Amino acid sequence: MSDVVIRAESLGKRYLIGHQSVERESYTALRDVIGRTLKSFGRSTLDTLRGRQIIAGDEIEEFWALREVTFEIKRGEVVGIIGRNGAGKSTLLKILSRITEPSEGHVEIRGRVASLLEVGTGFHPELTGRENIYLNGAILGMTHAEIKRKFDEIVDFAEVEKFLDTPVKRYSSGMYVRLAFAVAAHLEPEILIVDEVLAVGDVEFQKKCLGKMQDVAGHGRTVLFVSHNMAAISALTSRCIYLNKGSVKIEGSTRKTIEAYLDSGASLTSNSYKAVAGSKPSIVSVRTNLESRSSPLISGSRFRVFIEVFCPELVRPCVSFQIQNVDGVPIIHCESDGTIPYVEGSVEFSFEIPELSLNVGNYSLNVYFSEPPGGRAFDVVENACRFSVDILETTSLFGWRPDVCAYIVKYSCSLEHRPETGFANRTIGR
Amino acid sequence: MSSENAMKSQPTSESNGTTAQRLIILEPGRSERNYWHDLWHYRELFLILAWRDVSVRYKQTVIGFAWAIIRPFLTMVVFTVIFGNIAKLPSDGDVPYPILVFAGMLPWFLFSGVLSDSSNSLVGNANLISKVYFPRLVIPTSTAVVALVDFLISFSMLALLMVWFGFLPNWQIIFLPLFIVLAILASIGPALWIAALNVKYRDFRYIIPFIVQFGLYVSPVGFSSAVVPEKWRLFYSLNPVVGVIDGFRWCLLGGQSPIYWPGFLLSLVVVAFFLWFGVRYFRKTERTFADMV
Repeated sequence: MSDVVIRAESLGKRYLIGHQSVERESYTALRDVIGRTLKSFGRSTLDTLRGRQIIAGDEIEEFWALREVTFEIKRGEVVGIIGRNGAGKSTLLKILSRITEPSEGHVEIRGRVASLLEVGTGFHPELTGRENIYLNGAILGMTHAEIKRKFDEIVDFAEVEKFLDTPVKRYSSGMYVRLAFAVAAHLEPEILIVDEVLAVGDVEFQKKCLGKMQDVAGHGRTVLFVSHNMAAISALTSRCIYLNKGSVKIEGSTRKTIEAYLDSGASLTSNSYKAVAGSKPSIVSVRTNLESRSSPLISGSRFRVFIEVFCPELVRPCVSFQIQNVDGVPIIHCESDGTIPYVEGSVEFSFEIPELSLNVGNYSLNVYFSEPPGGRAFDVVENACRFSVDILETTSLFGWRPDVCAYIVKYSCSLEHRPETGFANRTIGR
Repeated sequence: MSSENAMKSQPTSESNGTTAQRLIILEPGRSERNYWHDLWHYRELFLILAWRDVSVRYKQTVIGFAWAIIRPFLTMVVFTVIFGNIAKLPSDGDVPYPILVFAGMLPWFLFSGVLSDSSNSLVGNANLISKVYFPRLVIPTSTAVVALVDFLISFSMLALLMVWFGFLPNWQIIFLPLFIVLAILASIGPALWIAALNVKYRDFRYIIPFIVQFGLYVSPVGFSSAVVPEKWRLFYSLNPVVGVIDGFRWCLLGGQSPIYWPGFLLSLVVVAFFLWFGVRYFRKTERTFADMV
C-alpha cells in the first residue's frame, strides 16, 4: 500500500464574479437608472427561475481561484503552503477539508481530516468558557469522551481556569483566542489542515502554539500549514508548495521554496526602496552602500544604511531597522538615538556598522519610522533592501552554509595535547 | 469494516495503527456515498448544536422558559374570545373551547417554530458552514429541537388547563407521540427546502414570517376543522397541518373530535411528498452552500 495520504490531480476551482461596468459613468439619467434596474431585476428573476446564483453586476466573469493543481503528500509529512494573497491557498484548504467542492480535478484523502481554518469557529458569545470548549470541540470533530479526557489539559493550555464559567463575550480578545486555540491544539486527527491562525495572540502564546504544533507533527501526523510567517513555516515544515495565481509554482524543500518565494517579491523592491513623499510623515528612501544586488556584502566588512524620511509637519523623527534572514528571523537591530530635535522636511539618517560579520545567505531590511517611545508610529517598510552576504577570508572546515549560523564572531580555539592521559580517563573527562 | 474502524474516533494511538483507512474522494458533482453513515457519525454534533440553541434561546431574559408558555397562552385567550365568544363557532362535542384551541395551538406552534427557525438556520450559521465540514443536514434538524423543547414546555400548560376545566383525555392519548413526530416531519420537509433556497436567495427570509402568519388563520387552530363544509374538506386537507392538528385533537380530546380519514390520508401524502422533496433538494444543493452563503 502506498503511503500517500493526499493525492490531488489537476484540481481547479471556479467562481463566477460580477462587474459593474457602467457604475463610473459621469452622467446618469434617471431613465438609464430605471432601465438598468429593471434589466437586472429581470435577470435575477430569470436566474432564480432557472435555479442559478444571483450575481450583482452587469458583466459576469469566470474566475479560476485554482487551476491544474497537482501534488502528493505522504503520511507524516509536514507541508507548508505559501504564496501571496489571492494565490489560492485558502481555496485549496477549503477543498481539502471538504467545505467546498472542486470544479474540476480529483482528490483522494486517506484518514480522518480536521481543519482549522479559523480560530474559535462556532464559539457562542453567550455560552461560558466551559460550554464553548465542548461546543467547539464537537464542531472540530472531537467526541464528547475525547474532550472530557483532555478538558484539564485544554484549560491549562489556555490559562483561563478562573473564567471557565464566564460567558466568553466578557473575555478579553486574548483570552478568547487562547481558549479557542487550546481546543484546536488538542485535536488528534490523522491529517491536520491549518490556515493562518498563529497570527493571533501574544508572542509568548504564539511560541507555545508553535511548540504544540511541532509536537503534533512529531507524532507522525500529516500536517498542512498555510502561513505568511516564514519563520514559522521554516521551523515547522520540511517541504513546501508555493502557489502563485492558482497554480503550483514550485514544490520542494522548504528552504529552496521560501527563497524562491521571497526572491519573486524582491524583484519588485530590489536593493533600494523609494517612495513618494505624501502628506503624512513617511519613509521616502532606503539604500545601502552596496551598489546592486549582484554585489554582495563581504562578511566582516563595513555596512552602511541610509534612511531618508519626510516630515510635512514638525516632529521628532526616530528610525530603526532590522536585518532579517530569509526565514524572516531578525538578526540585528539598530536604531537612531532619541535625542533628535524637532525637525520639518526631509531628514536622512546614516547608520554605519564597521564590521558586519553575517553568515552567507540572503538578508533584507525592515525599516521603521516613528516618534520617540510613546509617540505615534508613522511608517513601516518590510523587505526594503535585499542583499546577499559572501564570506571570503574566514574559512570553515565544513564550508559555509546558510543554515550553519546567523552571525560569525571572532573567537579563538586552542588545543592542549596531553599524551600521558590514558584511554581510561576519557569517559570521565566529560 | 475497515471504514468503520476509521470512523470511530478512537484515540490516535489506535487509529494510527490501522493501515487501511477511509478513503475520501473529492470530485465535482460527486455526492457523498456514505452520507447517511456520516450523518450518524456526526450525531454528537447534532446533540451539542441542539443543546447550544436551546440553552442560548432564553439567555439574558428575565422570565426565561416562561416565554414558551405565555406566547401560546395569550394567543389561546385571544382566539377563544374571537372564535368562541364573538364568532360563536361550535366546539367538538362538549370540549371546553380553550382546550380545543390549545390542542390546535400546540402542534401549530411546533410546526411554525420548526419552519421559521430551521429555514433561517443555515444563514444564521454561515460562519460554521464556510469554515468546517459536516453534513449540512445537522444544522436545520438540530435547530428544530428548540421548537420541540418549547412544545414540551407549553404542553404543561395544556395539562393545567385540563385540570382547571376538569377535562380528562381518553386512551387515544397514547398515540400522541406519533402525531408529534408527524408534526415535525410535516414541518422539516418544507423547512429544508426553504433553508436551502434561503442560502441562494435571501427573499425567503421575508416570505417565511408571512407564511407563518397566514398559516395560523388558514389552519384549523382557532376553530375545529369540522366547521369546514363537507365538500371542501378534502381540498382543505391539502394543507398538511390540517392532518396534524386533527390528529392532535383526536388524541387529546378523548375521541370527541373524530378524524376525517380521507383528508388525513391526503395530508399524510402531502407531508411525505414535501419531506422527500425537501431532503432531495437539500442534498442536491448542499455542496454549494459554502460558496453561496
